[in-house]
Amino acid sequence: MGKITLRNVAKRFGEVAVIPDINLDIEDGEFVVFVGPSGCGKSTLLRLIAGLEDVSDGTIEIDGVNATDLPPAKRGLAMVFQSYALYPHMTVRKNIAFPLKMAGLDPAEIERKVDGAAKVLNLSNYLERRPGQLSGGQRQRVAIGRAIVREPKAFLFDEPLSNLDAALRVNMRIEISELHQTLKTTMIYVTHDQVEAMTMADKIVVLNAGRIEQVGSPLELYRRPANLFVAGFIGSPKMNFIEGSEAKLHNAATIGIRPEHIDLSTSAGTWKGTVGMSEHLGSDTFMRVTVEGLGMLTVRASGEVSVQQGDTVWLTPQDGKLHHFDANGKSLA
Amino acid sequence: MARALSPRRRLLTTIAAWFVALLIFFPVLWMLITSFKTEASAVASPPELFSADWTFENYTEVWARSDYPRFFWNSVVISIGSTLLGLAIAIPAAWSMAFVPTKRTKDLLMWMLSTKMMPAVAVMIPLYLVFQRVGLFDTKIGLVLALMLMNLPIIVWMLYTYFREIPGEILEAARMDGASLWNEIVYVLTPMAVPGIASTLLLNVILAWNEAFWTITLTTTKAAPLSAFIASFSAPQGLFYAKLSAASTMAIAPILILGWFSQKQLVRGLTFGAVK
Repeated sequence: MGKITLRNVAKRFGEVAVIPDINLDIEDGEFVVFVGPSGCGKSTLLRLIAGLEDVSDGTIEIDGVNATDLPPAKRGLAMVFQSYALYPHMTVRKNIAFPLKMAGLDPAEIERKVDGAAKVLNLSNYLERRPGQLSGGQRQRVAIGRAIVREPKAFLFDEPLSNLDAALRVNMRIEISELHQTLKTTMIYVTHDQVEAMTMADKIVVLNAGRIEQVGSPLELYRRPANLFVAGFIGSPKMNFIEGSEAKLHNAATIGIRPEHIDLSTSAGTWKGTVGMSEHLGSDTFMRVTVEGLGMLTVRASGEVSVQQGDTVWLTPQDGKLHHFDANGKSLA
Repeated sequence: MARALSPRRRLLTTIAAWFVALLIFFPVLWMLITSFKTEASAVASPPELFSADWTFENYTEVWARSDYPRFFWNSVVISIGSTLLGLAIAIPAAWSMAFVPTKRTKDLLMWMLSTKMMPAVAVMIPLYLVFQRVGLFDTKIGLVLALMLMNLPIIVWMLYTYFREIPGEILEAARMDGASLWNEIVYVLTPMAVPGIASTLLLNVILAWNEAFWTITLTTTKAAPLSAFIASFSAPQGLFYAKLSAASTMAIAPILILGWFSQKQLVRGLTFGAVK
């Protein structure tokens, strides 16, 4: 079991309220991702759940038990840190065994569990090495191994992939998702990378300035963002926003259209524009098009597209893909 | 880019460095040479650097006239004892200052350091009287306590600097892994700080070994260490430079050897944290 409930949780550092008031339910077995820009309070929220920071107000329940004042070790949670936080003076075996040793388990039992975890994580050949002799990906696996041997109620991941290179990050992303499929244990994962959030999460919690902007499945957030912040944060490249008379035509203060929901034509369309800088990714081309009266829009076109900088093009938003927002930035359904 | 020195400049720099090094080392060298001279040659005027009649007599006489092994043993107990006791107190203190700092931590550290700026003689009479009243005068325990207190600010400062270099996330990971505060210090912090702790230990053993003011003031015979052993050769029969030099050489030799073998560790320890 690993159901976590936050009720009116607040965290203040002196006069500064980093998290003013948060309510959140995390169901048993869910993969929840906290995502948001730097300084939005996502890591602080994770540390409050872990017990590494004390809450200023509110309660944290784990499996129906009030854990607000419990020390980290008594909460039954395991955490994987951004810097791996491995013990550099211990071998991989001793690193993974450490939580079991602290729990006072019998040495034979520790041995069995460590070997089991090492097998799952492909670390069997590295058990006698020290963290300094491992690559970044291997170190991250050791950190995960140290977490899984405890058989925790939930795993907490604090930006675990941000120190890895791009290719390794993709592999580890898949490995962590597979681990979740195998263990079916609750996982809370903090990242500022919305691609990680979209690809891994059952449920995404978008945070901004210590407040929850929206909670939902990745596709829900993508298709029906609750406000301008979520609309701009989820999706890459980010959504184009248009204000002024064009928005008024749609009875909104702001309208939004994703780059992939704009059709490009060289002959006819809704908005006429001039092609600016383009980013060619092979499969896709991200094009910046300046439209008179609307400003600069990003368009996702096929990699085969043959327009050049300075060419005149026509843009047409796809049917039903326009997002409408009121003056406060809230979505108009 | 490294600065390139011309060969001539390099030569001049080397000569200057050797000159300064010899100037600093000269008193020790003079003491060492004098310890092998006769008393007459030691006080000859004008002074002679090398004597015609070398002798080991000073060493044999110093050894015969005093109980060197007892002084040596007292020095060992006092310097190592005060350092270990200091570490036992300073490790938790430095831990809390490094990892759970408060608004006043910096002030506290500065205050601790400021006590080292006070002249020792200012508290000589009160400390002397206290030691006599509580029965610590001329005891090894008394000197262990006194020297521990003298060096505690340095031990705390050094350890604080090392501990600040240890990432807090590792200690948090230990906490998540179920380590109590004690286990966190024993299994994680201390092994990671071993280089720092080792150099703190070495430096404080040297400081305690070389301490003369308190060790001479607070002892007479039973607990007297090698500093008192040296002093005993300057009185009351008058000054016997050759024997005094032999006694001094015998007193500093053990710590000089320790310092020689551990110089790498000491330099590393003293520059720890200076460059990331």
